[in-house]
Amino acid sequence: MNKCYTAFFTFVFICLAAAASIAAANNLMSIQVKKGHLRTAPSFLGKIIATLDYGDRVDVIEEKNTWFRVRVPATVTSGWIHATALTSKKIVLSAGAADVDQAATSDELALAGKGFNKQVEGEFRAKNRYLDYTWIDKMEGFVMSQARIEQFIKYGDLSPRGGHE
Amino acid sequence: MSLAFKSGILFLFIALYLLIVLSGCKTMEVITNIGTTIGVATGTIDQARAESIKKSSMAVARSFRDITPEQEYYIGRTVGAVIVNRYKPYNNPEANRYLNLLGQTLARASDLPETFGGYHFLILDSDEINAFAAAGGLIFVTRGMLGNCRNEDALAAVLAHEIAHVQFRHGLQAIKKASITTALTTLALEGAKTFSGQDFANLMGAFEGSIADITATMINNGYSRAFEQQADQAAATILQRVGYDPNGLVDMLRVMQNRLKPGGFDFAKTHPAPASRIEDIQKSIGPYRVINKPASRQSRFMVLGDI
Repeated sequence: MNKCYTAFFTFVFICLAAAASIAAANNLMSIQVKKGHLRTAPSFLGKIIATLDYGDRVDVIEEKNTWFRVRVPATVTSGWIHATALTSKKIVLSAGAADVDQAATSDELALAGKGFNKQVEGEFRAKNRYLDYTWIDKMEGFVMSQARIEQFIKYGDLSPRGGHE
Repeated sequence: MSLAFKSGILFLFIALYLLIVLSGCKTMEVITNIGTTIGVATGTIDQARAESIKKSSMAVARSFRDITPEQEYYIGRTVGAVIVNRYKPYNNPEANRYLNLLGQTLARASDLPETFGGYHFLILDSDEINAFAAAGGLIFVTRGMLGNCRNEDALAAVLAHEIAHVQFRHGLQAIKKASITTALTTLALEGAKTFSGQDFANLMGAFEGSIADITATMINNGYSRAFEQQADQAAATILQRVGYDPNGLVDMLRVMQNRLKPGGFDFAKTHPAPASRIEDIQKSIGPYRVINKPASRQSRFMVLGDI
């Protein structure tokens, strides 16, 4: 009998906790960059522990200067991310007509892939065939790893300050 | 046993009830969204609605701030393409790698460390003294500009100044309001009816207008003196945050002063005179003092050699 009680109480608590987490999830923000990195510390020197995609939602747990500690909803994944990688808007990845309607009249939605997008760039390139984007694509591949930047800082005798690094 | 079972069932119902009540709003929102989506798909939203959307989105003050980082990224790519086609890239992997190490280290210390596509740097094969920052973080520096830098702190100052232009979105502010309004209202119309050829043509027109406005400002007219002061000021802050001497900026400007040719189509035309920039920045960083150059920093800077 006691076992039954315990089991049901546990179940009830799980239900309540789930409901509470849904109710409390009002600090949701969205990743507004191509790739958003979650780090172990509120600094770019913090180790990357997870990488999120454009439009992914995160729940803000804590704020420190220009950094947010966030959790990926319904997971145990959490980490620090710089505020400029986040927006309070909900990013709709494949917007339907209703989303477009809502986005036009409120500031709560942002539409991914709308407006100036790949299609517009494609049309521009078709009209201006002399413009070569090869080096633009190459430049986007110039990404220095965390390890190399740390080495660069160390050997250059540089001293990045905590809050902004 | 039977009593315990009954109580258990009761708890279960309470729990379910609470769940439904607490998450109810969200469920209703989803249902409403589905409803309106179906409504629109079946053609409930007519031309009149489309017009009202158009009006309401125009009524809201739309400015460069409404351009999303993703749209900014596409503007920056094309502005970058215009620049790199006009000046030609300097294909030296080692030098470009060094430039990106330095630039990306600095960008992290700016007030806008994260952009949609990130910060990337490229040397341009030109003797002209010039540097450009395309929206979103594509930054270009000519060989001529590198020639003004005698040490890493000075080069860091050049890059930090360009990063600051990205941070303040100075490029986007060169876009005429008409183009921004057209782009954003065309977007608002998209859902109300099938995206017509005319709407896409309007959007393309806004894009072409934006690119033309930005490149004309960057290459021919230059930003306002106020924007340049703001960029120099932020550059000094970025340098200090990373551990560079903000006098690197003064050092670079002093060399530039002797090398700029009056009437040239480069920084001579698009930027305030180096002397006045030095005067402005020294109000906040104080009088010039010689930069301390650690040997390790100076030796890696030499990768630029005789570029």
